Amino acid sequence: MAKSLFEEKLNSGKFIVTVEIGPPKGADILEMVHHIELLKGRVDAINVTDHQSSVMRFPSLGGCLLIKDHGGEPILQMTTRDRNRLALQADLLLAFSRDIRNVLCLTGDSVDVGDHKEAKPVFDLDSIQLIRMIRTMESGKDLAGNDLKGAPEFCIGASVHPAADFIEPQIIKFDKKVAAGAQFFQTQGIFDLNALRRFMQYARQFNVKILAGIIVLTSAKMARYMNDNVPGMIVPQDIIDELAGVEKGKGLDKGIEIAVRSIKTIKEENLCHGVHIMAVGRESIVPDILEAVGLTSIHV
Amino acid sequence: MIVAEQKPLEEIRRMIVPYEKILIVGCGTCMTVCGAGSEREASLLHSTLHLAQTRSGSNTHSFSEYTVKRQCDLEFLDVLVDKVKEVDAILSLGCGVGVQTLAERFPDTPVLPGVNTFFMGAAKEWGVWDERCAACGDCRLADTAGICPITRCTKGILNGPCAGTKNGKCEANKDMDCSWILIYEQLERLGQLEKMRRYYPPRNFRTIPRPRRLVTKAEISPGGSNG
Repeated sequence: MAKSLFEEKLNSGKFIVTVEIGPPKGADILEMVHHIELLKGRVDAINVTDHQSSVMRFPSLGGCLLIKDHGGEPILQMTTRDRNRLALQADLLLAFSRDIRNVLCLTGDSVDVGDHKEAKPVFDLDSIQLIRMIRTMESGKDLAGNDLKGAPEFCIGASVHPAADFIEPQIIKFDKKVAAGAQFFQTQGIFDLNALRRFMQYARQFNVKILAGIIVLTSAKMARYMNDNVPGMIVPQDIIDELAGVEKGKGLDKGIEIAVRSIKTIKEENLCHGVHIMAVGRESIVPDILEAVGLTSIHV
Repeated sequence: MIVAEQKPLEEIRRMIVPYEKILIVGCGTCMTVCGAGSEREASLLHSTLHLAQTRSGSNTHSFSEYTVKRQCDLEFLDVLVDKVKEVDAILSLGCGVGVQTLAERFPDTPVLPGVNTFFMGAAKEWGVWDERCAACGDCRLADTAGICPITRCTKGILNGPCAGTKNGKCEANKDMDCSWILIYEQLERLGQLEKMRRYYPPRNFRTIPRPRRLVTKAEISPGGSNG
């Protein structure tokens, strides 16, 4: 039996669509709830980021609980940046008890890139150790080897960076994540589809699902900013030029066009198993993108 | 070696306010090599504090100075006994270990830190120091081609680079090499990339319950306190 609804979708062979929601900076959850309502019936699962770019926000676990409350399928993003192994295990137990069954295991961005630069970076574990820890918990033991009263089960995901400028070390890391038990991968934002093609030639040998990370840009300025400031972000020059070429106020339209073009290519060429859309604060435009690529018939 | 930097003059001046007679104590070991607290720096600080006081029209403090061979070793502090009797406070230009050893040796005299102790490192070039060892107590440099990811990766992770590395640099600081890229390249050069493909389990932080004590002698005398 599948561990989650999302795992069932992954195994169904259909083209998978996930989307990322960034929680609010503050206690006002109205907009997030609006986004959940808007997206829950249109995608296979919704990720909630875990203080993305090390900027303090409403927690991923809280966002996932809201998604459950509203009848959606959440993917809990869990980084090792802010919590040690005790806190991570405790959060996983809580998540499982509330029927949150998908976890994306990440190391997390450096504290230095965020808005609390003086915070203590934890990194008690890394992403691969986190995956293995969850598999250990599934066997009925905690990380210290003690018996658990009730073992959780999760569909486990991880990230990979197919467009990295030095790919070999990233491939080693990918291999280790697969060996640790990752079932699906949501890639870092990828614009260079040739890099994705090359990566998939390698990755297809493994029994894991690869969802290409699609970032919706809104301007050339944003693209350059992300290149300089967002860890792992590589927006190629031709994409920046394309965005720079449009008249003022039309940047988002162009960003949507680029995202739609990528998704269409990925889908038509069957490049990988699905896409993971990151609209970075513009979650409300995701339905338009899905409509433009003909992915309107998904119902969770 | 231990690398430190002298505290800003204003901070030192604020610290010494309650005390009249102050003994500045330099250290002849690491602090001399890194230039934070040698005999020369002790003498320079002495003159600077004196000058600053004169300029501000006050004559509150009087200073003396002495540089010991090693502040972190009790037996090198005996030479200070008579000098300490004459003063109200000691201003140490030793590392944090030196300051505490002075405080332990002279419990009736306040000891003030004159430097900020940063790390254990090596000189890249004169005046430029790079951290190299985090003193984790569980050295794994054999697996990482002599490059320490615990010290030199901002996240201290053990199983390869994060996705934030770009142009061989770290996401936290574009001037800083990504240690995992260095490790990859060096392991490749040595024909040992299989070491990077291995899984490394979570660190055992019990190797560093602070404060640590290392006992290397055969017999341990009972009743010692590490507090």
